[in-house]
Amino acid sequence: MLVIKGGHVIDPGRVDGICDIYIQNGRIIALVDRQGAGSIGAVPAEIDGRKVEREIDATGKIVTPGLIDMHVHLREPGHEYKETVATGCLAAVSGGFTAVCCMPNTRPVNDCAEVTQYILQKAEEAGLARVFPVGAISRGLEGKALADFGELKAAGAVAVTDDGQPVSDGRLMRRAMEYAMGFGLPVISHCEDLGLAGSGVMNEGPVATRLGLTGVPNAAEAVMVMRDIALCALTGARLHVAHVSAAESVQAIRIAKQQGIPVTAETAPHYFTLTDEAVGYYNTHAKMNPPLRSEKDRQAIREGLADGTIDVIATDHAPHSVLEKEVEFDQAANGIIGLETALSLGLSLVRENVIRMKTLVEKMSTNPARVLGLESGLLINRPADLSIIDSEQQYVVNAAVFRSLSRNTPFDGLPQYGKVVLTMVGGRIVYDASETN
Amino acid sequence: MGFTQKHILGMEFLTAGEISLILDTADNMKEISERPIKKVPTLRGKTVILFFYEPSTRTRLSFDIAAKRLSADSISLTAGGSSMVKGETLIDTAKNLAAMKPDIIVLRHSSSGAPNLLVRHVNTSVINAGDGMHEHPSQALLDLMTVREAKGGLSGLKIAIIGDIAHSRVARSDIIGFTKMGAEVIVAGPPTMLPKGIETLGAKVTYRPETAIAGADVIMMLRIQKERQAAFLFPSEREYAKVYGLNREKLKLAPPDVLILHPGPLNRGLEIAPDVADGPYSLILDQVTNGVALRMALFYLLAGGIRNVGD
Repeated sequence: MLVIKGGHVIDPGRVDGICDIYIQNGRIIALVDRQGAGSIGAVPAEIDGRKVEREIDATGKIVTPGLIDMHVHLREPGHEYKETVATGCLAAVSGGFTAVCCMPNTRPVNDCAEVTQYILQKAEEAGLARVFPVGAISRGLEGKALADFGELKAAGAVAVTDDGQPVSDGRLMRRAMEYAMGFGLPVISHCEDLGLAGSGVMNEGPVATRLGLTGVPNAAEAVMVMRDIALCALTGARLHVAHVSAAESVQAIRIAKQQGIPVTAETAPHYFTLTDEAVGYYNTHAKMNPPLRSEKDRQAIREGLADGTIDVIATDHAPHSVLEKEVEFDQAANGIIGLETALSLGLSLVRENVIRMKTLVEKMSTNPARVLGLESGLLINRPADLSIIDSEQQYVVNAAVFRSLSRNTPFDGLPQYGKVVLTMVGGRIVYDASETN
Repeated sequence: MGFTQKHILGMEFLTAGEISLILDTADNMKEISERPIKKVPTLRGKTVILFFYEPSTRTRLSFDIAAKRLSADSISLTAGGSSMVKGETLIDTAKNLAAMKPDIIVLRHSSSGAPNLLVRHVNTSVINAGDGMHEHPSQALLDLMTVREAKGGLSGLKIAIIGDIAHSRVARSDIIGFTKMGAEVIVAGPPTMLPKGIETLGAKVTYRPETAIAGADVIMMLRIQKERQAAFLFPSEREYAKVYGLNREKLKLAPPDVLILHPGPLNRGLEIAPDVADGPYSLILDQVTNGVALRMALFYLLAGGIRNVGD
C-alpha cells in the first residue's frame, strides 16, 4: 500500500481539502480527510491494518487528478526525429500529465486501425502516460472522403479531427459530425478558412506590417468557428473547437453555449500568455497556427477561460527540429512544444486571479476527460492517476533539460512559479522531480 | 561623427544622424562616377559577396558597380547558381560564404527577415538589398539622397507614396526614412493594398491618390505587380491605371515644383503614364545614378571608412 499524505487534494466537484490518499494495486482505496470530516472508501481502521510500503509527503503541495492534454502531436509514426511516442510521453509526465491525446497528422496519417494500434503499442512499451489517439476525419487528411470512424473507434480512437488542416468542405464536415454521432465520437475542429488565411504567416496587424509579413486575420478562424457551430446546431453532434485564438471565436462559442448548442472549446497556454509582439524580429519559436494574436485577443481568451466559455487548456504540443525552425520566418514550420511548460503557465492564471485553482484543474483534467468521455477523478477503485504540484516553486524555464526531443519553445529563460513534483499513472510513479535533475 | 553600425539591415535601425552621414558620404562619392577613370583604390583588398537569392537586375548591378569603383573584389552569387537549389539552407550557405572571409555580404532575399536571420549566424557585415516585403534600405537611402539633392533638404517636405503599400519593402523603408529625417509621409492606394497599422510606422493614410498628390513635394509611385490581380487586390489594370495611376491630369493637383520618383522597374501606362515618367519633374534616372554613389558610401562606411580610422 502506498499513501500520499497531507496534500491539498483538489478534485473539482468532489474534494477540496487536506487529505491522505491510500493506493493499493494501482487503485485508490481511500481518501481520508485530515480535518476530521470523515473519509471516502475504506475506513481508516481497515487501512491501519495493512502495510504501508511507501509514504509520500505532500504537505504544502496540491494533489490533483492526473492532468490530461487533449491536443498533442507525438509525431510517431513518420517524424521520429521530432518526437516519438516514448519521448512525448516522457515530456508529458514531466509536465504533470498522466494522459495525452495525439493528433492524427502523422505519416502515415492515423486514419485506420493499424496506425491507431501502432501508437497504442508504442505507448504501452513506453509505459508512462496514457495515450488516447485521435483519428482522422478524412482519409489521408485530404478533406475528400470520410475515414472509417467505426474501425478507428474499435481500435481505440477517442475522437476524430483533421487537425493541422481545416475541413474546408462544409458538406463533408456536416456528414463527419452526423456519422461521428453513431459512435459517440466528438469531432475536434481546426477552424481555419484557407482562403482568408491565404499565405499569411503571423497575425494580421501592426507587427506583421512592420515586419513585412503577410497577416492572417482573426476572421480566418472566426468564420469557420461560426460555420461549425451552425453545423453543430444542425446535427446535434459533439463539436470541440481546437486551439481558439481570436476574440471573435470566443464570443461565437459563448453565444452558442447560451443557446444550448453542444460545443466545447480549448485554448493553448501561448494564447493566454503571449501576443504577436513575441515574434519580435522573426522569432520562429513564436510562429504557430493559429498565430499569436493581439493583446485584445489575449484578454478575450482569458475572459473566456474565466467565464467557462473555454472548457479546456490543451498545449497543441508541436515538436519541430531546428531543420524546420532555424530558417526564414515564412519558411518555418508552425507550432511550439508545450507539455513541459503548460502547468506553470496555467498556474500563472491562478496567481494573476484570472481563474481559481479548482478551475485550472477542471480545464486541465476534469473537462478534457468529460469532452472525450474518459474516466477521471480521484475516485475509489479508479486507477490512481494523479499529479502532485508545488505551486510556489520558482524556477526558470530551461529548454535544454526538456524531455521532449524538440526545443521549439518561446518560453525558454522565462521565470515561472509552480512545478509538478510527482506524476502517478495507475498507482505507479512515472515522474518524481526529486529523483531527476 | 563615427559610423558604428556593423550592418545595414533596415531604416528602422538607423538614426537620423547616421542617415545624414551616409547621405553626406554618398554626395562625396558621386563625383567619382563622373571621372574618366571611374575607380579609386579605397577598398582595394576588400571582398564583397553579392548574394542574390531573388532575381534583380538593377540593384545587383548597382551594388556591383559601386564595389568595383571602390576597387573591392565583388562576386555575384544567385540562388539558381548556388547550392541552395540543391537544398542547402540559407544559414548553411551563408556560413560557407562567411568562411571564405568576405568583408561584406549583400543579401537580396524573397523572405522578410532573411538578413536578420543571417546576422545571427555569421560574423560578416551584412547589407540588406531587399528582403521580402520588409525593408530595402539602400533604395530608401538613395531616394533620400535624390530628394535632398533636388530640394536642398528633407525636413518639412511632404512625400506622397502611392500604390501597393502592403507588398512594398520600398514603401516601408521610405516611410521610416523620410519621417526620421523630418519629412511628412502620406500613403495612398486602394484599401486592399494598405496594410493594417501602417500608420504606426509614421505615415498618414488616404484611399484617394488626389488627396496625397495635392500639396506633395515628392510623389513616389510604386510598381504594381500584375499577379496581385489574382489575389483580388485590384480588379483590372485598366481600372488601376485610371483610379490610382499617375497621369498628367492628376499631376496638375501638385505644386509646380513637384518631383516624381519610382523605384523601378516601371510599368508604363499602368502606375505611371509614359509622358509623366519622362517628364521634367521626373527624377527616376537620377535615382539610378545616385544609387551607385549611395552604395559606394555604404561599402565605404562598413568596410573601410570612419569606423576603422583610429583602430
